[in-house]
Amino acid sequence: MNIIASLIAVLILTLLAIGITVSANLSTLLTVVFPYAAFATFLIGFAYRIVKWAKVPVPFRITTTCGQQASLPWIKCAPLESPSGIAGVIGRMALEVLLFRSLFRNTAVAIVGQRPVYGSAKWLWFFGLLFHWSLLVIVLRHLRFFIEPIAPWIKGLSAIDGFFEIGVPTLYFTDAAVLAGLTFLFLRRVAVPQLRYISLVTDYFALMLLLSIVTTGLMMRHFFPADLLQVKNLALGWVTFAPAIPKGIGPVLTIHLCYVFTLLAWFPFGKLMHMGGIFLSPTRNLANDNRMNRHLNPWNAPVKVHTYEEYEDEFREKMKLAGLPVEKE
Amino acid sequence: MSPAKTPKPDELIAIRYAPPETPWMETPTVFRPGTWSYSGGAKSLAALGLPNPRAWQPSDADWKLPENWQSIILEGMRERLEKYRSFRLFMDLCVRCGACADKCHFYIGSGDPKNMPVLRAELLRSVYRRYFTESGKRFGRLAGARDLTIDVLKEWFYYFYQCTECRRCSVFCPYGIDQAEITMIGRELLNLVGCNINWVMEPVANCFRTGNHLGIQPGGVKDMLEFMADDIADRTGVRVDLPLNKKGADILFVTPSGDYFADPGTYTCMGYMMLFHEIGLNYTFSTYASEGGNFGLFTSHEMIKRLNAKIYAEAKRLGVKWILGGECGHMWRVLHQYMDTMNGPADFLEEPVSPITGTRFENARATKMVHIAEFTADLIRNGKLKLDPSRNDHLRVTFHDSCNPARAMGLFEEPRYIISHVCNHFHEMAEDTIREKTLCCGGGAGLGNDENMEMRMRGGMPRAMAVKQVKEKHGVNRLACMCAIDRATLTSLMDYWVPGVTVTGVHELLANALVMKGEKERTTDLRGEPLTG
Repeated sequence: MNIIASLIAVLILTLLAIGITVSANLSTLLTVVFPYAAFATFLIGFAYRIVKWAKVPVPFRITTTCGQQASLPWIKCAPLESPSGIAGVIGRMALEVLLFRSLFRNTAVAIVGQRPVYGSAKWLWFFGLLFHWSLLVIVLRHLRFFIEPIAPWIKGLSAIDGFFEIGVPTLYFTDAAVLAGLTFLFLRRVAVPQLRYISLVTDYFALMLLLSIVTTGLMMRHFFPADLLQVKNLALGWVTFAPAIPKGIGPVLTIHLCYVFTLLAWFPFGKLMHMGGIFLSPTRNLANDNRMNRHLNPWNAPVKVHTYEEYEDEFREKMKLAGLPVEKE
Repeated sequence: MSPAKTPKPDELIAIRYAPPETPWMETPTVFRPGTWSYSGGAKSLAALGLPNPRAWQPSDADWKLPENWQSIILEGMRERLEKYRSFRLFMDLCVRCGACADKCHFYIGSGDPKNMPVLRAELLRSVYRRYFTESGKRFGRLAGARDLTIDVLKEWFYYFYQCTECRRCSVFCPYGIDQAEITMIGRELLNLVGCNINWVMEPVANCFRTGNHLGIQPGGVKDMLEFMADDIADRTGVRVDLPLNKKGADILFVTPSGDYFADPGTYTCMGYMMLFHEIGLNYTFSTYASEGGNFGLFTSHEMIKRLNAKIYAEAKRLGVKWILGGECGHMWRVLHQYMDTMNGPADFLEEPVSPITGTRFENARATKMVHIAEFTADLIRNGKLKLDPSRNDHLRVTFHDSCNPARAMGLFEEPRYIISHVCNHFHEMAEDTIREKTLCCGGGAGLGNDENMEMRMRGGMPRAMAVKQVKEKHGVNRLACMCAIDRATLTSLMDYWVPGVTVTGVHELLANALVMKGEKERTTDLRGEPLTG
């Protein structure tokens, strides 16, 4: 059901994109208005979400400790799994963001011989990492359209990415990898019953949209070559705030752009905001130094407590009878 | 009501992980006997000034909620979304990757998809989306949103009281989303309309009034400690003293009341008393702060603070230098992660220094409370204790990391260091079931009651099976732990899944091995079981 709803959403999007390809006026809209609208929505929306999260206080330091605390000097502690200071926290966050440390722990449980067995299950980590890093490299490679002359590091990155020189034009490793990663994530969601059970429309939609972007991109590179000079002029026009209206940029590019703008505009409002949110996660970005340094709660308010005086008033006679010292005789 | 009959282990282990045919929002919650806990008693709620005290049970059709219960819950959500970044973030951040799904002991033991942490959180997220996000307001079900109905509230109750707040899922989540945090907020919301369980509320009410969960009054505490001193004298020939509410002591000692109430916790408590006697520690127990545990943690943040306040207050009244805490799980979550923030600063205390070794406990310099395992490991390291580990030769020991000291503190090596110095036969369980990946006893967070027995046995199954493995492989017959709830719940769990394995605290093992000045020749351990060899 959710997968069908998501498929319909992507199909509607595609039909709209096809509509744009056949209308000159709409094409102008696509190349002149949409890029700014989408990018502005992305930036403002992203900032809005981050600020909204960041404005909420962190009343307690609730670090999840995944290793030995720093306690007695002769006990070896785990600075990256249970950091006691800022350096450790930065290291822990770097591992989490760059290498998906926690996902690397993943196991899969099965009941074998009347007993749960925890098998290794690193595929999610592997394909997840593959997908995210490939997407990053692809985005960076696309900067060659926006910068003139093309910065040497972008050329270098593209050269490394196309190192294997398979086919003409060269098949980029990250293009194949991003496709493999997304396909794995999608098939996993469809094929594993538990995952299908928890998946929402948005979960399928994100993957389908990204797959659509990657597919149209690959089509332009390998099957329906786009006029790269045209594309470059278009992109440079955007960044110099002098958007040119190109003559016929081709239907595949039009559809590709429609998907990309949708992704940008939707990004801040959907699940993809995990990109920003992970940095704020209080179980990961706080040091496990609770008893070393006091953490302040900005809204810490007095509560009704039961004082010793009230306690002794109730139990004084019994305390005396038991020979326990009392404050008031 | 009499508790439901728990199925046999063979029947219980036949677990299906296939989700039901109906989508989860359309799958009704069934309050099957043996899988839920009785409601909180009106008397306890009234004593604490909590809302909606009344007679009801979760199995009733009518929960006797206030007329405007929906607006109370939604207003409570709004307030908490503005007070806890954790809550707001964990409502927004999840991508439903499913990494947490089979990490929950209740899911592993029940196969109920709503026990997957991700889905347990979605129970609340779906309502959050409906009332607090634009997409949820506009697109409803398509955006994963649903109305807050009475059935949804009942579903929350059933599943938030099927989570032991153990944080195992949070270790595996790529964003560190912590189901414990979501369950805690979920239970706070339920408490706003008076939906809670008696196994939490009665201890909370007792603790507020008498100082401990079990409601033991001052004379009772003294009697229990005296019984234990008699037992110690009987086994060792040494009479230990019982400092209680003593002004001028250097150290206030606080331990869960479970330790002086019932076996096997009492043996651990005897262990503390023997240790303190042997090193000549100037310490005191307190009847007012006679509880280290804090069932407020299973109620609301406010209740944590209300109960926890006694510890610093008593330390101040008695004029001690610092505080030492006994073996307990969730107690140490509160002491480590909440106490100082809530009831500090403890500027009337001194930075903890061991009077025996001179070691300064830098890691506790602000909170001024030291864990007994840290204290004892330091004593052993400095050669202050004479130990004869062969007195534990009749025991083959394994160690269960309790959830909270493991995942909310990082206390892994200290207890292992002690055990390896007091026992000759120590065998670790499988890698995936210890340290930060440790599996819950199944009865934490207030769920260790008898009416919930089937769910406890299901939730504890993964832990029990890991014990079974070392029992078969190494002949393990004793399960050590550092938690009062564990000592009670693991005992039933072992009887059910792994008969022949008994449960112990770490300081009981220490006390067996502790060679005391002036002791008679020991022929039995603390339990009166004969020593071998």
